[in-house]
Amino acid sequence: MISRSERSLNYLILSLFAVFALYPLLSILTGALAPAGTSPGLLPTEISFDNFAEAWELGRFGQYLRTSAVVSGSVVVLATLMSIMAGYAFGTMRFRGSGVLFYLLLLGIMVPTEALVVPLFFDLRELGLTNTYWALILPQTAQSVAFGTFWMRAYFMTSSRALVEAARVDGAGHWRTLWSVLLPVGRPAMVTMIVLVFMWTWNEFLIPLVMVTDESLRTAPLGLAFFQGQYTADVRLLAAGAAIVAVPVIIVYLFLQRHFIRGMLEGSTRG
Amino acid sequence: MTTAAASRPVAATRPPRESGKGRAPGEPRRVAYLYILPAYVVFVLFMLVPLVRAANISLFDWNGLTPATWVGFENYQEIVSDAGLRAAFGHAAVLIFFYAVFPVVVALLLVATMTRARLRGLGFYRTVLFLPQVIAMVVVAVAWRNIYAPDGPLNQVLRAVGLDGLARAWLGDFTWALPAVGFVGTWVQMGLCIVLFLAGVSKIPRDLYDAVRLDGAGPVREFFTIVLPALRNEISVALTLTVIAALRNFDLVYMTTRGGPGTATSVPAFEVYRRAFQVGDVGSAAAVAVTLTLLIFLITVGITRVAERSEP
Repeated sequence: MISRSERSLNYLILSLFAVFALYPLLSILTGALAPAGTSPGLLPTEISFDNFAEAWELGRFGQYLRTSAVVSGSVVVLATLMSIMAGYAFGTMRFRGSGVLFYLLLLGIMVPTEALVVPLFFDLRELGLTNTYWALILPQTAQSVAFGTFWMRAYFMTSSRALVEAARVDGAGHWRTLWSVLLPVGRPAMVTMIVLVFMWTWNEFLIPLVMVTDESLRTAPLGLAFFQGQYTADVRLLAAGAAIVAVPVIIVYLFLQRHFIRGMLEGSTRG
Repeated sequence: MTTAAASRPVAATRPPRESGKGRAPGEPRRVAYLYILPAYVVFVLFMLVPLVRAANISLFDWNGLTPATWVGFENYQEIVSDAGLRAAFGHAAVLIFFYAVFPVVVALLLVATMTRARLRGLGFYRTVLFLPQVIAMVVVAVAWRNIYAPDGPLNQVLRAVGLDGLARAWLGDFTWALPAVGFVGTWVQMGLCIVLFLAGVSKIPRDLYDAVRLDGAGPVREFFTIVLPALRNEISVALTLTVIAALRNFDLVYMTTRGGPGTATSVPAFEVYRRAFQVGDVGSAAAVAVTLTLLIFLITVGITRVAERSEP
């Protein structure tokens, strides 16, 4: 059916594009690992971690990573709890206005951050909330909740009716049915939502850029932007800083890549 | 969606087209309101209210400090009449080509050559090809700024093969800065399209190919009669995601060119920021933001409609 040469050609094409996808990222890694005084080539002959140490110190990445961890962690926890509860209601219960309320949420999924950030900044400044963790966490929770509710509702709608009935016969109320019957089975859906929300929050740039001027509240991507402004010419330091910012998401991606791909693609095919 | 790429998914999701009139299953329950309350409070306060406020602000002339003056739809008229803003939307159109049209077409042609193969080890390729999607745009920008730098890898290669004439400061060049930024978008979206289409063709039954081949169809007809129709859904998803990513590329523009040189790479997403926080023309910024949002709505709905209508 399919000849050997055709098969090899397919692999060749795929490999070419894989190299294309990897090259810019590898160039960061090799740049970051190149010892000072050498010009970063594609394959380093010797490697050194000095750039990381120097970037870490000069760029205060430790502090930025901590802020990013606090913000991402808070958004993930808040958005997950809220989305599970709201998705449960939209997916398994009938109530007046549920259609309208749900479509409003869907609308929220399509609203770009660019449109929210202008009024948010001026209104939160009025309330004295700019330059606080709240200004970073709450807007991103709202965005995540819109997607999360949509995502969890889809899971709860397909969840087994029989399971719910059985739980009810056992005398479980709606609260216990959710947490001890439906959710354990829905772990994969939940994990997908969590990794996506984590990634979006970790990578978010515009909201921190606008909302905080306080250096102690800079998230990792924002810190990298300022670092770039200061050390524009130092390719090795910049590469090290960029690698530091990217690593947490890459680690999660490597372990849970199925969830990332499924979530980002299926989230759109569904419906 | 920011995107896309690794940014928040504006339209990682599209309106569901379910037949039941939006009615959830299950029995009537008042307690449902309590369940949605926490999510809805945050959603209303930090999403709906700002959205309404953006529309409101867009009707004023306001510098962000002194009292605002009502100007009606003047800020919207400016989008058409102001050469700078018109140019920004024009640049967005160019970027749509680089982010959406080019990757989708290339990925389609590519996948079309692979339809008959059942390839092993696809998981590895999928992981690698999808990787650009999950990396922060800020990091991507650092990588590409280096590639495009005057003495960066791209120019080194050009000089090494004797094309010194082509070497230039790509991001500082009035003609080449926009395509250079656009090509980063191509890089980010290409893998997504390939992964999506590969998954799509793997669902096409093999006998279908054998059938058209018995009819004497060549690869071109095979592409148009089998592959293209079968991937209709995937194409619509890919276009939605990539077009929106092209419209929401603030991070990349901010990190690589800040709209420059001159205004060669100014785009609506960047104009929102520049006008609101650097120039002090908040009303105009809000008008651009609202227009951008409407554009995203229309494109999302439009692409979905077209995909549905072309359903056989």
